[in-house]
Amino acid sequence: MTVLKRQMKRYALFFLLLVVNAVLLLAAPEVGKESLRMSFAQLTEMLTIIPPVFLLMGLMDVWIPKEVMMKYMGKGAGIRGGVFAFALGSLAAGPLYAAFPMASVFLKKGVSLLNVFLFIGAWSTTKIPMMFFEVTQLGVKFALARFFLNLASIILLAFIMERTTGEKESEAIYQRACAQQKDH
Amino acid sequence: MFTKILYAGAFVWLLLSFLKDREKTKTALKKAWKSFENILPSVLAVLLLIGFVLTVLDPDLISKAIGSDSGLFGLLLAAVIGCITLIPGFIAFPLAASLLRAGAGYTQIAVFVSTLMMVGVATLPLEMQYFGKRAALKRNALSLGAAVITSLMVGVIMK
Repeated sequence: MTVLKRQMKRYALFFLLLVVNAVLLLAAPEVGKESLRMSFAQLTEMLTIIPPVFLLMGLMDVWIPKEVMMKYMGKGAGIRGGVFAFALGSLAAGPLYAAFPMASVFLKKGVSLLNVFLFIGAWSTTKIPMMFFEVTQLGVKFALARFFLNLASIILLAFIMERTTGEKESEAIYQRACAQQKDH
Repeated sequence: MFTKILYAGAFVWLLLSFLKDREKTKTALKKAWKSFENILPSVLAVLLLIGFVLTVLDPDLISKAIGSDSGLFGLLLAAVIGCITLIPGFIAFPLAASLLRAGAGYTQIAVFVSTLMMVGVATLPLEMQYFGKRAALKRNALSLGAAVITSLMVGVIMK
C-alpha cells in the first residue's frame, strides 16, 4: 500500500463522519451547526488534557525501567501490585480516554492484565477527587454506597477480564501496546 | 485543578529530564508525539461522534427522560444516556443533583452516573485501538451490567 492510501484508510471513519456532518449541515443546518459546535467544545477540552498526558507517557516510557514497573505491578507483584494499580487510578482525574494511553505504557512495561484493568476501573469509577465532589452534590450516603459497591465490582470485573482473555488475545494486547509508538 | 497538577508534573519532569539527559528527553518527546499521532484518527472520529450525541441529548431532554415517574423505562433510558454521552463529572454531578431534586429516582441517577463513568460508547473506537475489539466490547458490556446491578442496590440502600 502506498503511504497515502494507508493514511486514507486510517482516517476513513473520520472522513465518513465528516461527510455525515456535511449532509446534516445541508439537510438541517441548525442541527449540523450545533453538532459541530459541540465537537469543537469537546476538542478544546481534549486539547487541554492531551498534551500533559502524552508528555508523561513519553517520559515514563524513557525513564522508568521495565523491571521496576514489573516488580511493582507485574504478574508476580501479587496483592500489593493490585493495590498499587488501584491507588494510581483512584488518585487520577480526567476523562477515561486519558487512561487508555497510560494503560498502554503500563502494558508495554509488563504490568499484568489484571492490574491494568484494575487501574482502568479505578480511573473510571473510584476517583477520590471526584468522590469528594459527589458527596457535596449527592450526599454522603449515596456517594459512599456507590463507591463501595463499585469498588467491589471493579475488582470482580478485573478478574473476569483477565480470566476470559486467552493467551493469544493477551499476547495481541501486549503487542498492540508496544506498537503504539511505531511509525506507519 | 487536576489538569494544572498534570501540567506541573509533566513540565517539572520534562525539565529534570532535559537537564539530566538531552538525548533521552528527545526520545521521550518523539515517543509522546508518535503515540499521539497514532490515535489521532480515532480521536477525531470520537470528537465528531460526541458532537452528534450531545446535539441529540441535551441536559433538558435528559431531565425530562429520567424524571420523576419514569420507572423501569427511566432506568433503561438512564443507562443508555449514561453509556453514550460523555459528560465530565463536574457537570454530571450537579445535573444529577438537580434531577434528584426534580424527583428522579436514586436508582436511575446511580445508573446514569455509573454508566457515564464506566461505559463509553463514543470513545469505543479509541479503546479498541488500545485493547482490541473483543476486550473493549467486553469491558463495556461487563461495566454496563455492573452499573445496573450496583445501582439497583444503591436504590435499595437509599430507600
